[in-house]
Amino acid sequence: MNILMAGVGGQGIILASDILAQVMLIYGYDVKKSEIHGMAQRGGSVMSHIRFSDKVFSPIISKAQCDILVSSEEVETARYLDFLKPDARVIVNRYRLSPPSVALGVDEYPDISDLILEKTSHVCFIDGNDIARSLSNQRVVNTILLGVLSTLLEPDESIWEECFQTMLKGRIRDVNIRAFKAGRAAKAN
Amino acid sequence: MKKILSGNEAIARGAMEAGVHIATAYPGTPSTEILETIAKKFPRIHAEWTPNEKVALEVAAGASYAGARVIAVMKHVGVNVAADPLLTLPYTYIRGGLVLVSADDPELFSSQNEQDNRNYARFAKIPMLEPSSSQEAKDFTIEAFEISEEFGTPVMVRTTTRISHSLCIVEVGDIKDQATPTLEKHSAQWVMLPAIARVRHPIIEERMQRLKVFSNTHKYNVMEMNNTSIGIISSGVAYQYAKEVLPDASFLKLGLSYPLPDKMIREFASKVDELWVVEELDPFIEQEVKALGITCHGKDHLPMCGELTPDIVRNAILNTKDEESVQYNLPARPPNMCPGCPHRGILWALKRNKCFIAGDIGCYTLGFLPPLEAIDTCLCMGAGINHAHGISKALGPGKAKIAAVIGDSTFFHSGLTGLLNLAYNNGTALVVILDNRTTAMTGAQDHPGTGITLEGDHTIDIDMETLVRSLGIEWVETIDPYDLKDARKMVKKALEHKGPAVIISSAPCVLLKSRKVSGIPLKIDIDKCNGCKVCLGLGCPAIEFRDGKAFITEVCSGCGMCKDLCAFDAIGGTV
Repeated sequence: MNILMAGVGGQGIILASDILAQVMLIYGYDVKKSEIHGMAQRGGSVMSHIRFSDKVFSPIISKAQCDILVSSEEVETARYLDFLKPDARVIVNRYRLSPPSVALGVDEYPDISDLILEKTSHVCFIDGNDIARSLSNQRVVNTILLGVLSTLLEPDESIWEECFQTMLKGRIRDVNIRAFKAGRAAKAN
Repeated sequence: MKKILSGNEAIARGAMEAGVHIATAYPGTPSTEILETIAKKFPRIHAEWTPNEKVALEVAAGASYAGARVIAVMKHVGVNVAADPLLTLPYTYIRGGLVLVSADDPELFSSQNEQDNRNYARFAKIPMLEPSSSQEAKDFTIEAFEISEEFGTPVMVRTTTRISHSLCIVEVGDIKDQATPTLEKHSAQWVMLPAIARVRHPIIEERMQRLKVFSNTHKYNVMEMNNTSIGIISSGVAYQYAKEVLPDASFLKLGLSYPLPDKMIREFASKVDELWVVEELDPFIEQEVKALGITCHGKDHLPMCGELTPDIVRNAILNTKDEESVQYNLPARPPNMCPGCPHRGILWALKRNKCFIAGDIGCYTLGFLPPLEAIDTCLCMGAGINHAHGISKALGPGKAKIAAVIGDSTFFHSGLTGLLNLAYNNGTALVVILDNRTTAMTGAQDHPGTGITLEGDHTIDIDMETLVRSLGIEWVETIDPYDLKDARKMVKKALEHKGPAVIISSAPCVLLKSRKVSGIPLKIDIDKCNGCKVCLGLGCPAIEFRDGKAFITEVCSGCGMCKDLCAFDAIGGTV
C-alpha cells in the first residue's frame, strides 16, 4: 500500500505521517516513510510518502503506484496526480492557501476538482478547517484527515488510539484524539 | 525491540550503542537531527554545536587522541570546511574510534550544490560505509567505530537526504560501555611536521591495501545471486530503488563501498550477463569497475545530476518510458520567509537604498524571490562579506552601493575572518549582520550568541557590537528592522560613511515566540486601500491582492511593517 500526504509546510503533515507509520509498524507491516523537511517551516510545498507491505524496498513511491492521496490544501493535491493508480482514492481538504503568484495577483487560484476527477472518481472532499475550528485548534487539520484515511485502512481504531497515547502528551494528545475521531465521523457522513 | 527511526535517529542510536563519548557538529540539512537526537535521547554522550565543521572535526580529533570514541557530523558542504583537518587526520594515530558522518543532498533540496562526498573517501584515503536504510545506518555506524580502531583511521559514514530523512523499522541493540579516556603522548604520530608526515604517508598507503583485502570479505558487502541476466552493483538508497524495480536481478550490494572489493566485483561480473552500476551523482563505483577492465553500464543511461528514483532506474535498465504526464501549469509554492520575519524589513531598506546585496547561506537567501528580489549573490557560508569587498575593490571607491548580508550563526561560522579582512584592507562595503539569535534555517539551533549550549546549559552570549568593533570596525550601529523608516535612514547613513560600516539588524527569529510581534493579524480598511500594492512589495505571505485591494490573511503575525509603509493609513490593528 502506497500513501502520499501532501500540503504546505507548517500544516502538520510530518506528525500525521509519523503516526500513520507507527500504526503500520504495530499492525505488523514493514513500513518506510520519506519526506523532505529542510524547508518545512518556510511555507513551501511538502509531501510525505508512506509505504507498507510485507517487505518494502524503496522509501519513495513510483509514478502511477499511489493507492491513496491525502492532501490538506487544494492546489497541492494536483501536483501529485501522476503518482495515482487509475482507481486511487483521493482525500482533499477543502482549503485554499494562495501561492505567492496568486497572492500578488499574477495567477488565478486554479479549480482542481476536474483535474482530480479526470484521474479517479474516488474523491472525498473534507471541510477540515471548519472541523478544526469547531475543536478550537487550527493545527489538527492533518489529524482530522488521518481520521478520514483510517476508515480506508485495515488497523482498527484501538491501534490508532494506542499510537496517539504513546506518541503525544497532555492537551496536545487529547485534542488530536478528538480530531482523529471527528475525521472518522466526517467520513461516515 | 523494534522502533521506527529516521536514518539520522538511527545514526544517533548507533553512536550510543557503540559507546561514543563525544559528538560534535554544525547544523546543516539533512544532518541536523543526528546531534539533536543525541542531545535529547542520549545525554550520556557529550554533544556540542561547534561554530563550524572544521572546529567540529578538530575537536573530534582531540577527543580521539584522548582515547574516546567520537562522532563528527556535517552536511556535504560542511566537509569542505573541515577538509583541511580531514586530509591530514589519516596521517595521525587515531586512538579512540573517530567517525565522520557526511550527509549529502542529491537533488539540492536544501543546499547550494550536490557534490558527491564519496570522493572525499578516496581523496582523504579513508574507508567509507554507505547505509541504505535506517537499520543499516545504525549498524554501519557501530561497525565504523570498529574499523576505525582496528585500522587506526578516521572512517566516513555517508548518507543522503533520502537515508537521513526516511523512516524505517530498526531492531535496536545493546548499549556498550564507554572507554575511559586517558592522556597519552604520541608526538611521532600526532605532530605533523614534514619529517614526520613523510614517514606517515606510506603507512596510509599500506593501510588502504589492507582495507581492500578486508573489504573483499566484509560482511556488509554482499552478493545476492538471483537471475543472472542482469547484475547490479549498487550502494545506499540507489540499491533500494534498483531492488524495488528489479527484485529478480542479481545484486552486489556494497555497504563498505571504499575501498571497493576488487575481487568480489570481478567474481560478480563473471557470473552475470549484463553488468550495471546504479549510483546517484558521480560514477564513483563505475569508474573503479571500469579501471578493473570490466565493461558495465551506468552513467551511459543513468543521470549524473539529481537524485535517482525507482522510475529513473527502471527506465534506464529496462529501456522503458514513463507515460506522458499531463502538465497542469499550477502556480508554484516555493519556500518563503515567514510572516513577520525581521529579515524582510532590512532587506527592504537595502533595496530602497539601491544597494547591490551580496547574500549568504540562511533564510534571508529566500529574499531572492520576487517581489523583494533583494539577494544578488549566494555561494557558500561566509562568502557574502568577501563578495562585497571584492566587488567594491574592483569598482573603486564611491562607484556603487555595495552591501553584504549575513546571519549571526553564519557570521560565527565563517564571517569573522571576512570582516577582519575588510577592516584590514581598508574596505568600503557595508556589512549587515542579521542577528536573530538562532540558526533559523535548520530549525533554530543554539550558537555562541544565544547563551545556551546544545545540552541546555547556560553559557556565554557573545555581544555582537563588541565583537564587530574588536575586528577593527569603527562605524557600528544596531537597529530594529521592524522600524522600516529608521532602517532605511541608517542604511543611507552607513553607505555615506567613507570606511567600512556594519549594521547589526537585531530582532529575534519570529518562530521563537518573538515579543516584537503581537501575533494578532492586522486588518485592511478596504475603503481606505487604493490598491497601490506598496505593501505587497514586502513579499509577506500574509498579504494578498484580491479584487483590486490588499487583503491580510490569518497567517499575519501582526509585525506591522506593512502598516508603516501604507501612505493611506489603511492598515489597522494592534502592532
